[in-house]
Amino acid sequence: MIRLLFMLVLFGVAFPAAAATDHGTLAAPFEWPTRELFFETLLLKDYNTRVVTLGVLIQGLACGVIGPLLLLRKRSLMGDVLSHAAMPGIALAFIIMTVLGGSGKSLAGLQIGAILTSLLGVGTVIFIRANTRLKEDAALAVVLSLSFGIGVALLGLIQNMSGSNAAGLEGFIYGKTASMILSESYRIAIVAGFIVLAVILFFKEFQLLCFDQNYAASLGWPILGLDLLLMGLVVIITVVGMQAVGMILMVALLIIPAAAARFWTDRLRNTLIISGLIGAVSGWMGAVWSALIAKLPAGAVIVLVCGVFFGISFFFGTKRGVLIQLTRHFRFQLRIAEQNLLRAFYELLEKRNVLPEDLGEDSPPAVLDLDALMEVRAWDHRRQLHRIVRTSIKKGWLFERGTGCYSFTRNGMEEAVRVVRNHRLWEAYLIKYADIATSQVDHEADRIEHVLDPALVRELERSVLGESAHINIPGIRSHV
Amino acid sequence: MNGTARQHNAECPLSIHDLTVAYNRKPVLWDVDFDVPCGKLIGVIGPNGAGKSTMLKAILDLVPRASGQVMIYGKPYRKQRHLVGYVPQRESVDWDFPVSALDVVTMGMYGRMGWCRPVRKKHHDRAMDALSRVGMQEFARRQISQLSGGQQQRVFLARALAQDAKIYFMDEPFSGVDAATEKAIVDVLHELRGQGKTTFVVHHDLQTVREYFDHVVMLNMRIVAQGPVDEVFTNENLQKTYGGRLTLLSEAAEAFMRQEK
Repeated sequence: MIRLLFMLVLFGVAFPAAAATDHGTLAAPFEWPTRELFFETLLLKDYNTRVVTLGVLIQGLACGVIGPLLLLRKRSLMGDVLSHAAMPGIALAFIIMTVLGGSGKSLAGLQIGAILTSLLGVGTVIFIRANTRLKEDAALAVVLSLSFGIGVALLGLIQNMSGSNAAGLEGFIYGKTASMILSESYRIAIVAGFIVLAVILFFKEFQLLCFDQNYAASLGWPILGLDLLLMGLVVIITVVGMQAVGMILMVALLIIPAAAARFWTDRLRNTLIISGLIGAVSGWMGAVWSALIAKLPAGAVIVLVCGVFFGISFFFGTKRGVLIQLTRHFRFQLRIAEQNLLRAFYELLEKRNVLPEDLGEDSPPAVLDLDALMEVRAWDHRRQLHRIVRTSIKKGWLFERGTGCYSFTRNGMEEAVRVVRNHRLWEAYLIKYADIATSQVDHEADRIEHVLDPALVRELERSVLGESAHINIPGIRSHV
Repeated sequence: MNGTARQHNAECPLSIHDLTVAYNRKPVLWDVDFDVPCGKLIGVIGPNGAGKSTMLKAILDLVPRASGQVMIYGKPYRKQRHLVGYVPQRESVDWDFPVSALDVVTMGMYGRMGWCRPVRKKHHDRAMDALSRVGMQEFARRQISQLSGGQQQRVFLARALAQDAKIYFMDEPFSGVDAATEKAIVDVLHELRGQGKTTFVVHHDLQTVREYFDHVVMLNMRIVAQGPVDEVFTNENLQKTYGGRLTLLSEAAEAFMRQEK
């Protein structure tokens, strides 16, 4: 599974290179980067690109690791709230710093402002939910739109403030990756390291918090404290990364890799790892592409790469992908068809009284042709029957004796006995306990018999044995 | 403080005094007051909306109490959490969560493991023991959404067993389970009683009360009757518990809560 994912990543890396050569010769107004430039950027040869790319990659990793917890805590939209709530904080911090005579653009100052109002926003949601009858989604929507409104209004005010230079504040909304400097990269790395460490340390606490909050509370765990820790981690990575990808796209980096990872695994730890990888690769690809193509914003590319991963996971995910589910469905249908064939075969032999007495190799083989089979069961057409016969031969249940004539193998006979037996046990059970008319029973039994597991069969045997003299159950009557 | 509080008996597994609970200022439990005998199976019955689950959650401090005290073995609940095992309602969690049956049962030991300590093999071994006590060892590695409703209920039960508590609280463990699960739960209940443990079960099926429980608490917003099944589980008391809503009491109580605010 991991290997498949890795190959997909490689494919994602190689594809743009191929595209670059294909389109490079076209006389389009749009310049595709050359292959050399592409690999140079990809492998971080250039200092500026290196700083930016590593920063965004680590950012993606941290968001990917924390994202599934947010998702499983059913707080996907909380990321939205806190990133929108960061805006008034940025604006307020700018105003305060300008009034105090600073430049207003100290990144640390702006980020502290953002963290404070983000926490305030999250706190407000929790407060509204706890103290009113509003549901969580309503509380989220109120706080989100309100804080965005306040933020936009404050930014408008700043434009009118005399002597302030507010250019660049909108970078927080849409992100401006290219201007990332080394100190920012370091800050992201430190925060990301802190987040990964916290998630490792508090893995079991977060797991139980997200899975069963009431049970965690019954153990005496501080639910509010754990929630605050989790949301706090999300807040700091959001704020620190906001200038890189932008406030609006931050949410995508938190949620999309997490949602994609769920298609590949049924374990929480693997979910976090896969989600982190997807986030990191998305960040990397986004930074590389936006460095290669002028005016292509990194934030948007990151989200698009995330989207591609989501699409791939949705179709090809090994646990819950669409394809694997279709395959499972198809296999199940095939199994039913095979079992129906074996039963039809068996019942024909039974009707003609040519069932071999014991299943030994030397017993005279009973032969059947397809024409006889076509008559007893409603096969859609001969070709379908033919196909199922072939898969049964491949499985070693039947073998061909001359054209169009078939016999059971020893294994096939055993399997047929098992299938018929399940079918008749279930029939007997339905007649005895479920008051289903005898004429209906065959149809009902037909649907259920294919899913009976050994434990259920034992249960069935116990409940119908000895009371179903009118139904001949193979393998049972001989013992009685 | 309640100066006239009864003597708190350290032998008594659960003792509830004057417990009142309100949701949005509407009282759902009114002046619940009783002691529970040691080493018994206790069923809590009452109609829908009688406050059975609420009482359990109030005991476990999961919903705020308007008033009242809960004592576990003679001390306040908060100090005795390690003695308490809890089986929540099956519907209370998302079974799509990416964990296996074994993971869920291991959660029963999280309380004792200590903060930030990782799960170790010995924890998984003990969780496996608990799973086999409910006949679920074959399903340990299954993701929990691939289990049937009854199997999920048994996983919850196994988690509580892994907690190794002295008093257990179970919220409708028999609701919507298959015959095999019902038998597994009854076996576990008897096993717990055999070990001198007390089990407090919210139950909805009146048919099986006599068969399963030693003691019964009949609840309809307040305690209608409680005591040994033979003495208390009578037609008269059932009539009182299930016959009609107590509109006057609930209205008076609501008016009282409004005044309090």
